[in-house]
Amino acid sequence: MIDLAEGLGEVARRRLGGEAIAGLARLTAGATQEIWRFDLVTRVGARPLILRRAPGGERLSPSAVGLETEAELMIAAAAAGVPEPAILHVLTADEGLGHGFIMSFVEGETLGGRIARSDTFAETRGFLARQCGEILARIHAMDEAAFPGLTRSTPGELIARYLEAYRATDWPRPVFEVAFRWLEAHCPAPRAMTLVHGDFRNGNLMVGAEGVRAVLDWEIAHIGDPMEDLGWICAHPWRFGVIDKPVGGFGDREDLWAGYEAAGGAPVQRQEAHFWEVFGSMRWGVMCGGMAAAFRAADPSVERAVIARRTSENELDLLRLLAA
Amino acid sequence: MQDEPRPSEIIGAVAAFLKTVVVAETSGAVAFQARVAANALEMMRRQLELAVAEDAAEQGRLGALLAMDGDLMSLNRELAARIARGDMDLATPGLKAHLWATTLAKLAVDQPTYAAYRAVLAERGAEG
Repeated sequence: MIDLAEGLGEVARRRLGGEAIAGLARLTAGATQEIWRFDLVTRVGARPLILRRAPGGERLSPSAVGLETEAELMIAAAAAGVPEPAILHVLTADEGLGHGFIMSFVEGETLGGRIARSDTFAETRGFLARQCGEILARIHAMDEAAFPGLTRSTPGELIARYLEAYRATDWPRPVFEVAFRWLEAHCPAPRAMTLVHGDFRNGNLMVGAEGVRAVLDWEIAHIGDPMEDLGWICAHPWRFGVIDKPVGGFGDREDLWAGYEAAGGAPVQRQEAHFWEVFGSMRWGVMCGGMAAAFRAADPSVERAVIARRTSENELDLLRLLAA
Repeated sequence: MQDEPRPSEIIGAVAAFLKTVVVAETSGAVAFQARVAANALEMMRRQLELAVAEDAAEQGRLGALLAMDGDLMSLNRELAARIARGDMDLATPGLKAHLWATTLAKLAVDQPTYAAYRAVLAERGAEG
């Protein structure tokens, strides 16, 4: 692996029509993807760009689709009318910078708490849920056959996968047991599968006054039941404290569904949507629970330990959903 | 008997030091991590203060529900296994109340400012 600034300078000259790069700065800490901001210096001025790269350039977990596929998904999504940054370059092996891609910098807010609560977005919150529904309909209309490498899962297979992940933690959680039994009993019948973003939620949307400017973080995209995406954005973990606004802490389900159906999405069944909300709390709960093992192995940070301790939030949310 | 100040008091002082002094003297990722570390210590202080009584209460409830003796871990494993097998569910007398009490006790330590937790406490307070 060569020096990032040096390597990016080389990419700027050879692939991006620039003369150099300037102001390289990492925007995220964290153990998932690296996000770097830098300026592409050209004869006419400086253009702000973003590098999204696997940690240290190396590929991360096997469940992620890989940065190259992420870039392809974002290009295809943009063609389908989904707001996305322009993908300018996908890193190649000979460049020595690992896996990643370079995209245009989109100005906006991604912090879920600000989108849900700040006065700046008071007006935006009025139409954001409907807009999210419209965008999801476009994502689900994308040609899934163009992505044969993505995992295909029925709802039942997803439940089984998370049950296995929970069992692997070897930490008894009676509330999760109740939730898994409920999910198995209420599992929707398999329907026509579509491309599923997989992590479409407040926090992964770049938002401005006029609404969504970019849909980010395609790393767990898969093929499955499209209702999963509609439930995930309503799941309790992504309401950022505004618990009476189910859609990301900023909107109402009816607006999300109306936008989805108006833009060509399949009719939303209330019961199925509820299933996927419960699934969302269980899913995030299992992911948090798994952080304890990650804390003891790959990432012994205080932050990781504290996220593991957020598992109980999901147990409370599950009880509110299933045992009120 | 160990001497005073008690562990929870000293942990509280270290958390306050991180939150006021270290956060003020640093910036960016270090300041953020210092705030996270202070919050983690506050959590451990709450656990030291609350867990002994809550664990005893949980163990008592589990013993009654399952009609058996054991430590907290083995009783929780047994309850999880019975729910997984379908031998117990939310209709089982006492189970729902036990899950609520146990979960609320976790939140009191892990995340007492969690909005849903506050909402539940407010509802229960209104009823009581």
